[in-house]
Amino acid sequence: MKIVFEKTNGLTEVPMRYCPGCGHGVAHRLVAEVMEELGVTKRTVAVVPVGCSVFMDEYVNCDGIQGAHGRGPAIATGIKRSKPETVVISYQGDGDLASIGMAETIHSASRSENITIIFINNAIYGMTGGQMAPTTILGMRTTTSPAGRRAEINGFPIPMCELLSSLEGASYLARAALDKPAHIIRAKKYIKKAFETQIKGKGFSMVELLSPCPTDWGMTPKDAVERIRQEMIPRYPLGVFRDWEAEEKAKKEEKAAV
Amino acid sequence: MAEKTLMKGNEALAEGAVRAGCRFFAGYPITPQNEVPEYMSWRLPQEGGFFIQAESEVAAINMLFGAASTGIRVMTSSSSPGISLKQEGISYCAGADLPIFYANVVRGGPGLGNIAPAQSDYFQATRGGGHGDYRVFVMAPNSVSEMANFPKRCYDVAFKYRVPSMILADGILGQMMEPVEFDFEPVDPSSFPEPDWAIGGDASGRERRVVKSYDLRPGRLEEWNKERAKRFERIEAEEVDWDGEGLDDCELLITSYGSCSRISKSAVKMAREDGLPVGLLRPITLYPFPKKAYQDLAKRVKNILVVEMSLGQFIEDVQLSVLGKVPIHFHGRPAGGIPTAEEIYDIVRKIMGK
Ligand SMILES: Cc1ncc(C[n+]2csc(CCOP(=O)(O)OP(=O)(O)O)c2C)c(N)n1
Ligand code: SF4
Repeated sequence: MKIVFEKTNGLTEVPMRYCPGCGHGVAHRLVAEVMEELGVTKRTVAVVPVGCSVFMDEYVNCDGIQGAHGRGPAIATGIKRSKPETVVISYQGDGDLASIGMAETIHSASRSENITIIFINNAIYGMTGGQMAPTTILGMRTTTSPAGRRAEINGFPIPMCELLSSLEGASYLARAALDKPAHIIRAKKYIKKAFETQIKGKGFSMVELLSPCPTDWGMTPKDAVERIRQEMIPRYPLGVFRDWEAEEKAKKEEKAAV
Repeated sequence: MAEKTLMKGNEALAEGAVRAGCRFFAGYPITPQNEVPEYMSWRLPQEGGFFIQAESEVAAINMLFGAASTGIRVMTSSSSPGISLKQEGISYCAGADLPIFYANVVRGGPGLGNIAPAQSDYFQATRGGGHGDYRVFVMAPNSVSEMANFPKRCYDVAFKYRVPSMILADGILGQMMEPVEFDFEPVDPSSFPEPDWAIGGDASGRERRVVKSYDLRPGRLEEWNKERAKRFERIEAEEVDWDGEGLDDCELLITSYGSCSRISKSAVKMAREDGLPVGLLRPITLYPFPKKAYQDLAKRVKNILVVEMSLGQFIEDVQLSVLGKVPIHFHGRPAGGIPTAEEIYDIVRKIMGK
C-alpha cells in the first residue's frame, strides 16, 4: 500500500487545542514538516512565546523552552550563542513580537543573530481575549478598540517585514498568508528557506504568516479567511522582502558587469 | 596560587566568575558596575566563552535564560535600576529551575537615585525580587578577595539546587582596589557532565526536553513549588555562612553585612581598645540568613545594634531571628550616606551608658 499522506514526525501525538479555523495549528505543522524534511528535528530548539501558542512545546517534537512575553529573540540568542550547532526558532505572535518584544526583535535582526523567527500575525491579542495588537488594521474592531482602530487614537499598524527590511542584518524576510492551499504551500517554502538560511550560517531570518483568529475576530473560520484576503493582504502584501541569496547573486553579477 | 594581585572589585568579580567556569555574559552598561561587562568583553573570548552587550537589561536576562537552558555557567551584572528590570527574567529562571548567577553592585535609590554606594536593595535581593514564591541564594562580600572568590560558591549552590544565585555588593566594593588571592583553582567547565535537563545541541541520543516555568494542570504547579521549597529548606540547612569577632564575651552585638561590616569592625576595634565588650556578627549569606547564630547570641548579649546603608531592611531579618528577645537598635544611612566608625562608636557608647 502506498502511503499518500502521513503525519510528520516533527509533531508529537498530543492533540492541538486551538480553536477551529485557527492558523497556529497550520503554522506548527509547516514548521514540523520543514524540521523533518531538513533532518534537524533532533537538533532544533523551539522558543515558545506567551500567547495562544504557549503550548507549542507539547506539539512539536523537538526541544523547547518557554520564556517571558516578547523575549523570544533574546532567549534564542542565548541558546544559539551557547550551542551554535542548534537550530533555534522563536515562534511569536504579534503582541509578543511587535509590541512588548519590539526591541528584542529589531536588535536580534540588526545583530543578524543566526536564528529563525516564525511570526504569526493575526492582528489581535488572541490569548488575552481579543485586544488591539500593533498589527491590528485600521477600522478593525477589537475589545480595546470597540469602535474600530483609528489612526488618530491608536496609531497605525506596523508592517514588520517592511520595517526590518532596512536593517543590514536581516538576511531573509518573507510574508505569506494561511488563507488558502497555494499560499500555505508558499508559506512552507519560505519557512524552509528561513531554516536553510540559519543552517548555512547566513544570519537572521523571519517568516511572517498572516493567520486567522476566528474566535477573537468574532467570525466563522470561512469569514476569517475572507478577511485575510480582503483586509489583511492589501495592508500586508505577500512576498520576499530580503533574500541574502538573491542579494549575493546580484552583487556578483554587478561585479562581473564592471 | 597564593600569589596576590591588585584588582578592582568589579574586575575581581568578573575574573572570579570566569575562573569559576562562566562562559556566557550578557549585560547592559550602568554605573558603578561597568568594569564587569568591560572586563568580560575581552576576557571571555580568551576562554572560548561569549560576551554580548544586550539592548537592555530585559534582553540581557532573557539571553541568560536561553544560555542557562543549555546547561552552561552564565552571568549578568548590573546596578539597582537594571536589576529591577531583570526581575521578571530572574523569576522565569527560578520558575524553570535554571541555575544562573548575577551581581547587583548597588547604588542609591529609589528611582534613578545616585551612583553612590548603598545597601537599599536588600529586600529585593533576599525576598526573591520578582513575582512568585522563590528565593535567590545571596552572598554579601566585604572585600575584593571575596568579590573574586564568591562567584564559585554561587555557581556551586546554583547548580546543586537549580536556583538563581547572586552577589549583593555596592559601589565601594565595586570600585575599590585591594590585593586578591583566589582560594580555588580555575575550573574547566568542559569537564562537567552535561546536566540531564539541558536543551539544545545534538539530542539524538535522548528524549526531547522542555524548559519552562508554567503548568496549568490543576495542582501541578503547587506540587512543583513545594518541591522547590524543599530545595530552599536544604539551602537554609546547609549553605548558611557568617563571620564574627568578639562574640565570646560581647555584651553589645553590632551586626552589618557587606562593606558596612568593615566600618562596623573598626567601631568594634575602637570599643575594644577602650575595654568595652562589643562584638560583630556579619552574615556572609543573606539568604539563607544565619538565624541560628543570632538566636544563640540573643541568649547572651544585652543589646544588638544593626548598622546598614539603608533606612532599615536588613534589620528585619535580625528582628525575625531574635524575635524580641533582645533590644535592637538601629543606625541606617540611605542613598549614598556612609556611616563612619566614629558615629557608630558614639551610638555604642550611648547604648552602653559609657
Ligand atoms: C509581561 C506580560 N504582560 C502581559 C501578559 C499577558 N499576555 C498573555 S498573551 C498576551 C498577548 C498575546 O497576543 P499575541 O502575542 O498576538 O499572540 P496570540 O495569542 O494572538 O497568538 C498578553 C498580553 C503576560 N503574560 N506577560
Ligand atoms: S483565540 Fe485565536 S489565536 Fe487563539 S487559539 Fe483561538 S483562534 Fe487561535
